[in-house]
Amino acid sequence: MYQSVHTNRRDFIKKMAMLSAMTAAASMFPGIIFAKEQEKGIPAGANLDWKKAPCRFCGVGCGVLIGTENGKAIAVKGDPKSPVNKGLCCVKGYHSIMAMYGKDRLTKPLVKKNGRYVQTSMKEALDLVASKMQETIKDHGKDAVSIYGSGQWTIPDGYVASKLFKGCIGTNNVEANARLCMATAVTGFLTSFGLDEPMGCYEDIDHADTFVLWGNNMAEMHPVLFSRLLDQRLKRGVKIIDFATRTTRTSMAADKSIIFNPQTDLAVANAICYEIINNGWMNKAFVEEHCNFSKGLTNMGYGLEDNYKFTDKPESISFEDYKAFLEDYTPEKVSKLTGVSVKDIKYLAAHFGNPNKKVMSFWCMGMNQHSRGTWVNNLVYNIHLLTGKISSPGNSPFSLTGQPSACGTVREVGTLTHKLPHGVVMNKEHREFAAKIWDVPVENIPSKPTYHTVEMFRALDRGDIRFMWIQVTNPMVTMPKLKRYRDGAKKEGRFIVVSDIYPTPTTDIADVILPSAMWVEREGMYGNSERRTQYFEQMVEPPGEAMSDTMQLIEVAKRMGYEKQFYYKDETHIEEIYTEYRRHHDNKKHNMAPLEVLKSQSGAMWPYVDGKETKWRFNAKYDPACSNGKDFHFYGKKDGKAIIWQRPYEPAAEEPDTEFPYWLGTGRVVEHWHTGSMTRRIPVLHQAMPHAYVELHPDDAKRMQIRTGDNVKLTTRRGEITLPASVNERGVPAPMQVFVPFFDENMLINDITLDSFCPISKEPDYKKCAVKVEKA
Amino acid sequence: MPIKSYLVHPSEGKKDQLAQKLSNMEHCEVLPAENEEVLILVTETNSKQEEEILKENLEQISDIKLMAMVSGFDTPKNT
Ligand code: SF4
Repeated sequence: MYQSVHTNRRDFIKKMAMLSAMTAAASMFPGIIFAKEQEKGIPAGANLDWKKAPCRFCGVGCGVLIGTENGKAIAVKGDPKSPVNKGLCCVKGYHSIMAMYGKDRLTKPLVKKNGRYVQTSMKEALDLVASKMQETIKDHGKDAVSIYGSGQWTIPDGYVASKLFKGCIGTNNVEANARLCMATAVTGFLTSFGLDEPMGCYEDIDHADTFVLWGNNMAEMHPVLFSRLLDQRLKRGVKIIDFATRTTRTSMAADKSIIFNPQTDLAVANAICYEIINNGWMNKAFVEEHCNFSKGLTNMGYGLEDNYKFTDKPESISFEDYKAFLEDYTPEKVSKLTGVSVKDIKYLAAHFGNPNKKVMSFWCMGMNQHSRGTWVNNLVYNIHLLTGKISSPGNSPFSLTGQPSACGTVREVGTLTHKLPHGVVMNKEHREFAAKIWDVPVENIPSKPTYHTVEMFRALDRGDIRFMWIQVTNPMVTMPKLKRYRDGAKKEGRFIVVSDIYPTPTTDIADVILPSAMWVEREGMYGNSERRTQYFEQMVEPPGEAMSDTMQLIEVAKRMGYEKQFYYKDETHIEEIYTEYRRHHDNKKHNMAPLEVLKSQSGAMWPYVDGKETKWRFNAKYDPACSNGKDFHFYGKKDGKAIIWQRPYEPAAEEPDTEFPYWLGTGRVVEHWHTGSMTRRIPVLHQAMPHAYVELHPDDAKRMQIRTGDNVKLTTRRGEITLPASVNERGVPAPMQVFVPFFDENMLINDITLDSFCPISKEPDYKKCAVKVEKA
Repeated sequence: MPIKSYLVHPSEGKKDQLAQKLSNMEHCEVLPAENEEVLILVTETNSKQEEEILKENLEQISDIKLMAMVSGFDTPKNT
C-alpha cells in the first residue's frame, strides 16, 4: 500500500496561500520586497550575479532572476520588473534551477549497439544522425524522416528544425507536442478570427469584473495568474466562477463552482447564447457591424482509424437560422444532459449578459483536449462576440498555454505539419515567401501537410515513417493509447534519435540519445500565453558534451550539405537566427520586437509596432493594424468580420456503458512539470508528490469499500493499470468519474487512454474515455 | 483543516513588534515586507472551531490596523 506524504502537501498549500498574499501585496505596493521568502536558500555571504530569464516551466511566462556564482546557478527569485508576475513565483519556479543539477543528467551521447548503449563523442553521434537520415531518405523517400519537437523548444530551436525539414529536406513531417495541448486553441482562433493567439493580455485581469474558468484548474496549473485573480477579488470584489467536471483547488477558492457532465460544455455554451439573445442582452450594433454567421459539417467522427481525414465545409447562415438552431438549447432542455441546473445556466448567462460587467473567460486543457474542442472554443468566442465583450480591457476570451513556448515556438514559428512561420504550406504565396527567406527553391516546400502527431506515430508503427528525431519532449509518457505507439517505435527498421537532458521512457526507445543543454545553459527565447517574447542569455556552461537543440540541428544540417542555409556563426547564431526569423513576421499584424528590446526589458508583446507593443488586437484604439475606419477590425478575415459559429452538442468518442461504467479523465498536478522528468528529480517536489493516484468520488469509494491508499484496478478497452486510491484529498471527481494525473512514468495512465481527437485540430481528448473501476 | 493567508496592516510604527507577536502565536506564520508597512500572515489550524478561536485572538491585537484575507483553502484532513 502506498503512503501519502501529508505534511508536504499541506506545506504546498501553505506556499500557495503565501504566494496569493504576496501577489496581492505586490500589486498594492509595487516594488515590495519580502526578502525572507525570495532569498531563502541563498548561502550567506554569496556574491551572486543576478540575470533575468523567463521561467523554464509553464506558459504563464513569469520573469525570474537567476543568481549564479562560480559558474553554477544557485538561486532564483521572481523578477519585480516583470509585468507578468511582479516579483512572484510559484513553487516550480522557485525550484527551477534544481532541474539542471539532477544526478543522472545526460552528459555524453549514447548509441545503441547490439541492444546496449555505448558512449560516444558528440561528433560521431551527429555524423551518425546525419548519415542515417540521408540513408532513410535514399531508401524510403523524404517523407520517411520526421521531427517531433515541443512547446519547450526555444524559438531558435523550432525555427531551425522547420527550416531544415520543410525548407531543405523538403518534408512537412514536422510536428510538436503542442499538438497534444494547444492545436485546438489554434483552430478555434483561426476559424473564428482568421488569426491565432489571444487578442487581449494579462492586463485584462486588472479590468475584468467576472472571471469564468472553463474546465481550467488555474490554482494548480497557472498559480501566479490565479493569485492575480484572487488579488483582484480582494481589491475590487470581482467574481470567480469555476465551471468544471471535477472539484479542484480552483473550485474551492472560487466564488461559485458549477459542475457539468463531461463533453456537455458544448450544450451549456449554446444555452448561454440562447439566453443572451432571448433576454435582449445581445450587443446588436457590434454583431451587425463586426460578425458573420456560419455553420460547418457535423457527425465528423473521432479520428480513431488510421489515415482518417476531415475537412470542414463552412457555409454562411443568417442570424435567424442561428437563432432557430439555438431553440434546441434552452436552459430547460440542456439541464438534464449537462447536469447543470437551469438556475446555474441562467446565472452564467446573466454575467455575460450584464452590460455593466466586464468578463474574462479562461481555458486550457479542459476545452482543448476535447473531441469537439474547436467547436467549444468557437462557442466561447460566440458568447463574447454576441455581447461585444472582446478585444477591450477586461473583456477577453483568453486561452492559456501550458508550456513556456507553445505560443512562441510552435504557434508563431509554425512547427506543425501544415504551418510555416508566416502562413501555411498549402498557400503558394506563403511558400514562396518562406523559401525566399530560407534561401531554398520554392519547390522544396511540399504543398500538402503530411501527418499530425497521432498520425505521425501511427505512420511510424505502420512503417511509413522510418526515422524520427524527438527533442525536449517525452511522447512515450504522453501519447494516448500509448502501448500501440511504444510497440510501433520499437519495431525493426525504425531509427529514433532523442535529444533530452535526463533518461526518460522516450530515451528508452532511442537508437541515439543526444545530451541537450537546457534553458540558461544556452541562449534563447520563449513566447508565453499573452504573446510576450522573452529572451534569456547563457548563464552557465552545460555539463559534459551537452549541446543546445539549436546547435544539434545546425550541425546535422551542415553534415547533410546545407551549409549555405545554416550559415550561422557559433558565437552569434541565436542573434542571426532571430533576426532572420523576424523577417517572416515583418508586418503590422505580427511584428516581433528587435533583440535589443528583448534584452533590455522583461520581454515584449507582438505585434510590436513603431517601438510599442500591442495590448489589445483588433481594437482600433490600441492596434495600429486596424485599417477599416471602424472601432474594431477583425483583419484576420478578408471582410474584417469575426465568425459566430453554429456548432451543436455531440457526444464523446467513447462514453460509459454497462461494461465500462465510469468516465476517466487525466491531467496535471501543481508540483510536477508535465511528465515529471525534471520536477521528479527535485527532491522537495518529488517528496511532495511522489507517485500518481486515482481520485474517486467518496460515494463510489464507499460503495466499493476503497479507502485512500488502497490499490484500485482501472480497465479500459486498451488495457489495465493499478494505482493507489485518493479519496477526498486534493481533487474530488463527480460520482461515476475518476481522475488520474499523468506525470508518473511508473504508472503510465496513457497505456489505457483513447486516441480519439478533434477532427479539426487533431488534438487528442485526454479527458474522456470509459473505464471499469475495481478494488484490486 | 483550514489554511488562510492575510495581508496585515500594522498600526503606525508597530510592524516589527507585531511581526514578533504574531510569530510567537500558535498556528501562525509571518512574513513581514522589507520595505513596506505590511505583513503576510498564513494560518493553519486543525478545525473550523480552532480557526474561529484564533481569529478572535487576532482581533484582540491592538497593533493590527486592518487584516484582509487573500486566500483560504479548507483542505480535507489528510491532504
Ligand atoms: S506560474 Fe508558471 S511561469 Fe510562473 S513560476 Fe510557476 S511554473 Fe514558472
